[in-house]
Amino acid sequence: MSASLTLVVLMAVLYAAGVYIMLERSLTRVLIGFVLVGNATNLLIFLMSGRPGGSPIITGTAQDAGMADPVPQVLMLTAIVINFGITALILALIYRSWWLARLGDEGDDLADEHAGETTSSAEENFRSSSDDDDAVQASLDAGEEEAR
Amino acid sequence: MNPMTILVPLVVAIPLIGAAITLALGRRHRRQVAVSVVSLTLVVLAGAVLLVLVDRHGPAVVHVGGWQAPWGIVLVVDRLSALMLLISALMLLGVLLFAVGQGIVDGDSETPVSIFHPSYLVLAAGLFNAFIAGDLFNLYVGFEMLLSASYVLLTLGGTGARIRAGVTYIVVSLVSSVLFLSAIALIYGATGTVTLALLAERIPALPTGVQLILGLMLLLAFSVKAAVFPLSFWLPDSYPTAPAPVTAVFAGLLTKVGVYAILRTQTLLFPENPFSVPLLVVAMLTMLVGILGALAQADIKRMLSFTLVSHIGYLIFGIAIGTPLALAATIFYLVHHISVQTTLFLCAGLVERVGGTTSLARLGGMLKAAPVVAVLFFIGALNLGGIPPFSGFLGKLALFQAGAELGTPLAYAGLAAGAATSLLTLYALTRAWNMAFWRPRREVENYESSMLDRLTDDPHDEGTVITKTVSPLMVGATAAMLTLTLCLTVFAGPVFAFAARAAADIEAPATYVDAVFPNGTP
Repeated sequence: MSASLTLVVLMAVLYAAGVYIMLERSLTRVLIGFVLVGNATNLLIFLMSGRPGGSPIITGTAQDAGMADPVPQVLMLTAIVINFGITALILALIYRSWWLARLGDEGDDLADEHAGETTSSAEENFRSSSDDDDAVQASLDAGEEEAR
Repeated sequence: MNPMTILVPLVVAIPLIGAAITLALGRRHRRQVAVSVVSLTLVVLAGAVLLVLVDRHGPAVVHVGGWQAPWGIVLVVDRLSALMLLISALMLLGVLLFAVGQGIVDGDSETPVSIFHPSYLVLAAGLFNAFIAGDLFNLYVGFEMLLSASYVLLTLGGTGARIRAGVTYIVVSLVSSVLFLSAIALIYGATGTVTLALLAERIPALPTGVQLILGLMLLLAFSVKAAVFPLSFWLPDSYPTAPAPVTAVFAGLLTKVGVYAILRTQTLLFPENPFSVPLLVVAMLTMLVGILGALAQADIKRMLSFTLVSHIGYLIFGIAIGTPLALAATIFYLVHHISVQTTLFLCAGLVERVGGTTSLARLGGMLKAAPVVAVLFFIGALNLGGIPPFSGFLGKLALFQAGAELGTPLAYAGLAAGAATSLLTLYALTRAWNMAFWRPRREVENYESSMLDRLTDDPHDEGTVITKTVSPLMVGATAAMLTLTLCLTVFAGPVFAFAARAAADIEAPATYVDAVFPNGTP
């Protein structure tokens, strides 16, 4: 089996950089590290399909031996989708921990102002959620002024 | 059409469909509960039917979409998979009922509850998918499904403590997943397939060095999930912060999927057992370090988390020995430990609600306050500690017999470590029972005892005592699960015989390979 040296080097650099960044304490950096390491792994799977330049698997285009191996591409696609989902989840987690760090439990109380109201129409829900955002923003501004 | 080929995909499809429906029913709590309970009950039934059919007719194999292996995805249910399916479905159902009982007491309007049912069912689907996966990549997908759901469940409600614990858990799990995926890539590069049955033939044909690297990568990835020492550091910090039912499911099932994966890959892909000696060493260390950690904990949930780690050591011990008797004992112990550990965590959840805390320094008089919980916890504790005639004793006895049969000095050392761990488990759990249940309430203030010296409490414990009511459904679910563990004792003969047949299957990979490729491997 032969592989492209450029891709091998790229994969190695991605792995090294990703692992290095993942060792940081900050959650955002851990996420960046995870994205790098995840893509390095995808490249590794891709490298396992052998020499690039084979024809795609469509009936009647080439001899069987000259076709690109489709399995690693399928595995890669699945891995990319999974990585995407996990990245979204970690972003939500980062937002939540930022929220807790900046606002603490007070932040939750702000959002709960409208909890007692039973609003059924979507429009009213939307308005109340934008009110919540305003309240959070106001609290943040106040906090920043205190900090100064 | 063969009934088995219909049932096999259903065990994954039913919980997934249930998850979709419960997600759509976000605001209608009662219907959500009905859908989850019905879907898990259906899986329990499917699991039971599969167990009987597989035991009678041999492994059930499904080529998904009609694509034959090794090109298509193949699902395989052999005796081991069927047993794991049934026991985990039963555990999930029991814990779900406990969670429902807790929801009824706490009121239905809480927001996190609406996301609980879909995540829980996705977790179940991922778990079942991992058990029936016939290729490595599908195993990876099953792992990712259950892990993603577990990230949501662990951070349920998004409080500071849970986010903090969740971050450790998520980062550690991500690293192990990346490692697993890289191992799959390398295995594909070396053999040109990810189908387990084909790998069973191609991996032993590789050069020894390549085999060792591939095996070690898989072992490392699974060991993080199974919480094998020294890769177990994350567990006691992350599990106890979750809600009680979630902790119970995680403790009972998530680490065991890792053990299942080790058991499956080591027996099928590396039949020569090249990692026997290192596995024996880590098994001993897992047992001893885990239980010594448990002795130093004042918090019942943290103590149970440490005993969980230490008892994973017994399972690894059995896998390391690798003889048919050892594998049979491992499978039996796996079933026993899944049920008893889940039950004990549910008991801890009940203790937390009745006593208002799980710290031994502040609990007392629980025997009077909740006599039923006292009995449930006591029987569970004796069972985990391995007191005859409970199933914990029978499982350990079989493991020790297998160790003695092997007869190497290392196996005897493992045996000694196992016996010590068993005694120390008993000490830790009976001490917890004495302090929490037997000690009168009025003696808790200024209580002095050498048993409570040098205990560390949960670092994030705020010292609050908030008692909540307990619904009969919660106690009922816990009691039902305890009855199940007692059934493992009463029917230990048939269960162990079944485990022995399952072990014979996985001991001879030819059974598995022939089931997937009835006309010979391509």
